[in-house]
Amino acid sequence: MTLNAADVSKSVKSALEAIAATQELADLKSVKSEHLGDKSDLSKASQALGKMAAEERAEFGKIVGAAKSEVAAAYDAKLVELEIARDRKVLNEERVDVSLPATNLPKGGLHPLTILTNEISDLFIGLGYRVAEGPELEAEWLNFDALNIPADHPARTMQDTFFIEPLESKLVLRTHTSPVQIRTMLENKPPIYVICPGRTYRADELDATHTPVFSQVEGLVIDRGITMADLKGTLDYFAQSIFGPEVKTRLRPSFFPFTEPSAEVDFYFNGRWIEWGGCGMVNPKVLEVCGIDTSEFSGFAFGMGLERTLMVRHGITDMHDIVEGDLRFTRSFGLGAK
Amino acid sequence: MKIPLSWIQEFADIPKNTDLEQIENAFVGVGFEVESVDIQGSDLSGPLIVAKVINIQELVGNKKPIRYVELDCGEANTRFVICGATNFKVNDLVVAALPGAVLPGNFAISARETYGKTSNGMICSARELGISEDHSGIIVLPTDSAKTGTDAIELLEINDVVFDIAVNPDRGYALSIRGLSRELAAALGSKFSDPVENVKTADFGINKNGIQVSVEEVAALSVVYIRTISDFRATIATPLRMSRRIEKCGMRSISLAVDITNYVMLELGQPLHAFDASKIDSQLIIRNAGNTKTIKTLDNQERKLSPDDLVVTDKKEALALAGVMGGASSEVTDGTTEIALEAARFDPTRIAKSSRRHKLSSEASRRLERGVDPSLAEIASARAIGLMIELGGAKYVGSSSSGEPKYAPVVSFDPNFVSKYLGTDVPLAEVEEKLNIVGCDVKKISDSNWQIDPPSWRADLTLAPDLVEEVARMIGYERIPSTLPTGKGGASLTPMQIRKRGVANYLAANGFSEVYNSPFVNPDFISQLGFVGDRAKSFKLANPMSEEFPDLRTHLLPGLLLTAARNQGRGAKDIALFEIGSVFRNIEKLETQQTVGTEKVPDSATREKIYKSVPNQPLHVGAVIAGKLGSDSWNGKNSDYTWVEAIGFARSIIESTGNVSATKSSDFAPWHPGRCAELLVNGKPVAHAGELHPRVISLLGLPARSCAFVVVLSALEFSGTKKSQTLITMPAATQDIALVVDENIAASDVEAALRNGAGDLLESITLFDRYDKLGDGKVSLAFTLVFRAADRTLTADEVSQFRTSAAEAALKSCGATVRA
Repeated sequence: MTLNAADVSKSVKSALEAIAATQELADLKSVKSEHLGDKSDLSKASQALGKMAAEERAEFGKIVGAAKSEVAAAYDAKLVELEIARDRKVLNEERVDVSLPATNLPKGGLHPLTILTNEISDLFIGLGYRVAEGPELEAEWLNFDALNIPADHPARTMQDTFFIEPLESKLVLRTHTSPVQIRTMLENKPPIYVICPGRTYRADELDATHTPVFSQVEGLVIDRGITMADLKGTLDYFAQSIFGPEVKTRLRPSFFPFTEPSAEVDFYFNGRWIEWGGCGMVNPKVLEVCGIDTSEFSGFAFGMGLERTLMVRHGITDMHDIVEGDLRFTRSFGLGAK
Repeated sequence: MKIPLSWIQEFADIPKNTDLEQIENAFVGVGFEVESVDIQGSDLSGPLIVAKVINIQELVGNKKPIRYVELDCGEANTRFVICGATNFKVNDLVVAALPGAVLPGNFAISARETYGKTSNGMICSARELGISEDHSGIIVLPTDSAKTGTDAIELLEINDVVFDIAVNPDRGYALSIRGLSRELAAALGSKFSDPVENVKTADFGINKNGIQVSVEEVAALSVVYIRTISDFRATIATPLRMSRRIEKCGMRSISLAVDITNYVMLELGQPLHAFDASKIDSQLIIRNAGNTKTIKTLDNQERKLSPDDLVVTDKKEALALAGVMGGASSEVTDGTTEIALEAARFDPTRIAKSSRRHKLSSEASRRLERGVDPSLAEIASARAIGLMIELGGAKYVGSSSSGEPKYAPVVSFDPNFVSKYLGTDVPLAEVEEKLNIVGCDVKKISDSNWQIDPPSWRADLTLAPDLVEEVARMIGYERIPSTLPTGKGGASLTPMQIRKRGVANYLAANGFSEVYNSPFVNPDFISQLGFVGDRAKSFKLANPMSEEFPDLRTHLLPGLLLTAARNQGRGAKDIALFEIGSVFRNIEKLETQQTVGTEKVPDSATREKIYKSVPNQPLHVGAVIAGKLGSDSWNGKNSDYTWVEAIGFARSIIESTGNVSATKSSDFAPWHPGRCAELLVNGKPVAHAGELHPRVISLLGLPARSCAFVVVLSALEFSGTKKSQTLITMPAATQDIALVVDENIAASDVEAALRNGAGDLLESITLFDRYDKLGDGKVSLAFTLVFRAADRTLTADEVSQFRTSAAEAALKSCGATVRA
């Protein structure tokens, strides 16, 4: 075979034209073997170099090398171009409707009473309180007498309190979580900072705002120099943490056998005062029953209903939703993430 | 208590321009909740006048009696009106609304044609005027009580404001106009005139005339007065002002004698009872009922007396259930002329007990059980007979009394305690002023020692904090600042609280919805579920809300199953519910509590007994699952929850506490006897899980193959801080092995055998296939064994050796052969 520069240049031209004309990735392969493969003109030219004299070989070698590089570069560029085009097409074809729901994932949730209890526990732990719990089926003495609620108090009638048979067992379903306060004071020396959430029972018919089985959270602080201002400040902190930083509280004089002075606490929410719970300075009679030296220590206590708190905060209008265990209700609260 | 503002104003100076909201806030500020404010007369306008009936013409031939009535309205001419009532006669004074008047309900009065006549106005009933519910007839005013043409709006004091005030149980004195006027004046900073100061008791001294009283049960009262009058004219009408006030306070006007006792009770707070003295056999005795078995009370009820009931008797019979309600036999009637009036300061506890025992709460018992000012027995009885003499023409006969009023003792008080306790500075002068306002006498020994003598009506002021409350409510609770105390650091949740949260979060994140079920259960349902043993031993409520649910739950499943069924009834398909809660089992021998009361501090032995009277109440987590893990959806069907997942969740909960459980097949209601696992930790059962019994499933109408699990959270020990193992990073070698075993060999036993035989370098073992179509009662179990050594890459020979020895162990203990 004879070699001349013009032939090489012709081969390059026809190769470049063929590459440029290629539209499909599959065609590019045969174009490659035709113009860069072993049987291509350029390959043959390379093979012919071997038979040339050294001088000629050097000269033509450069020409053939440059030609091959030019064609290979064109091929590489075309390959990238066609691959991008192919990918674009395929990925476009794989497009999905991302709005389709993943309803096959299991969906559960925590009851909002649990979420609220956890939230309250955490915010008081932040203040150095412990979370105290106690039995729901409780001794009458711990539920009533120790709290200065005498035997003939209206709360101790069958209309208000669930008693256990036989009556001599003196067991009741606790009417508040206050017996947990008594147990805490009997079992620990002050200073005492506890929050007592839990289930409580009163013989009210279930309706839109009442339930015989409900939940309370109570707080108790016994320390040196505790004042009613400390009570007020703690309630402010509590209310603002639960209902929002702009919430105000108000104390109104009231009466409870276990506190003196006693107060009702209201909070101002969505333009009106809402009754929240009862509170006061722990009655010295109660402290004495629990073996606490009233000349050294004083304390405050407060208590509120969790269902009522939930209803106000979340706009729940019917108690039935909270107590009936409908999973649509629980699920709507999820895991309580904020 | 309902109180008309017009009556309050008699004793409390209310500054001009004080609006109703300020009055309401004043009450609230000193501790009296205002339940309602009723502005009376605002929906009524005149002319409303007093008219005299001149002539009555009965119009016959109508479906009901109709009268054509001629009225003297104090005008030049008489008027004629049509009237449907019949409770009046010629010369009676009535109340007429004339054309132009508007009655409540926007009822405009005009002249109109009816029954063939022109009616030129309307004769009104009390209800039509909006002043009471009485619509039994029209109002007939007392004879000569007013001139015709008099404005009846003013005469009947229709324009008034009635506050309904909630009175706390420690403030018995405030169940009176006197008490609430005092509080309102104090709250407004205005003058209070005590009505008691106008009562002259000296006119009615103690003597031997009239009915005498003797007290046998001296512990039941501190003081009693019996005052006797004669020549009383019982049929004289009660003055309008008095009857209207009684009605505004929510009571009914009955007769002059009864109205006077009620009026004085409302005014001062002392319940009074009027006996017809002619029906009393010689004297009144206050004693326990003892052998006196019955009394017929004023409400015409024959009541059985308990021997402990306090009664007022004569020589023959019980005449009153003391402090609660009078008896019918000595009731004051139209024919009564002699009256014995009783006023006593009974022991609140005794009255509360009687009232409760007879389920009878009266205006008298409500006041007496909260404690009445002991000085009032003498004063209020004098006030009442004074009124009987003045209004009923009575003559004083005599008075008898027994006992002495008992008052709260003087309290030693450091006035600096007020500022210290409230956390705000209250100057001593202000402390003194406020204590004076509530009626305390203050004797100052030094700046830190005051002797406080509480007023007669405040037996509740016995301790320093009681006095602080009085000062606090008088200065206003809003003076108390806001400070935030904090406990020592280092507080945290207890391990059990952390466990509860962890389990709840785990289940909720895995598709379970948390519920709180009522712990009240139906015993028939419990036996239908097949509960026996400890779970059949429930505590019973003495007073259940419903006879259907008298027992406390011994297990979480009854509640969860019913809630699952309720959800299904509401259209839910894939149901996964859980509850964390206490259960109650009547299985311990409990101590019996003694009666301690509020006044005594129990010794440690008694306290110990009290603690041991309370049963242990284990904490469980339970779940019911029916349907799928997630719902079927557009991209395919999900698999159902099965006994596998039920057991798996229970096992995971146990493992998450750091405990290791063993599994055993169990026949435990209400589970399927062949599909229930009992999970044991250290040989002790802590959980049951699996498929529910088909009978229970059909009983509740739940989907077939519904499952459940219960784990006793409080039975799991706390494992303490978990120790972490260093991870091995050398390559793992994997070997699969398929074994053929008898179908009644537990897979867990085969797994345990393989684990035993495989040696120490076994990292994990996983059952990846189970084939039960081999026939011959055989199944194939295929496991993947993963081996890893810390110091080297294992060779194929080594690993093959481990596999062989594992297979040998499985053959030896379970008869497993390697599947060809």
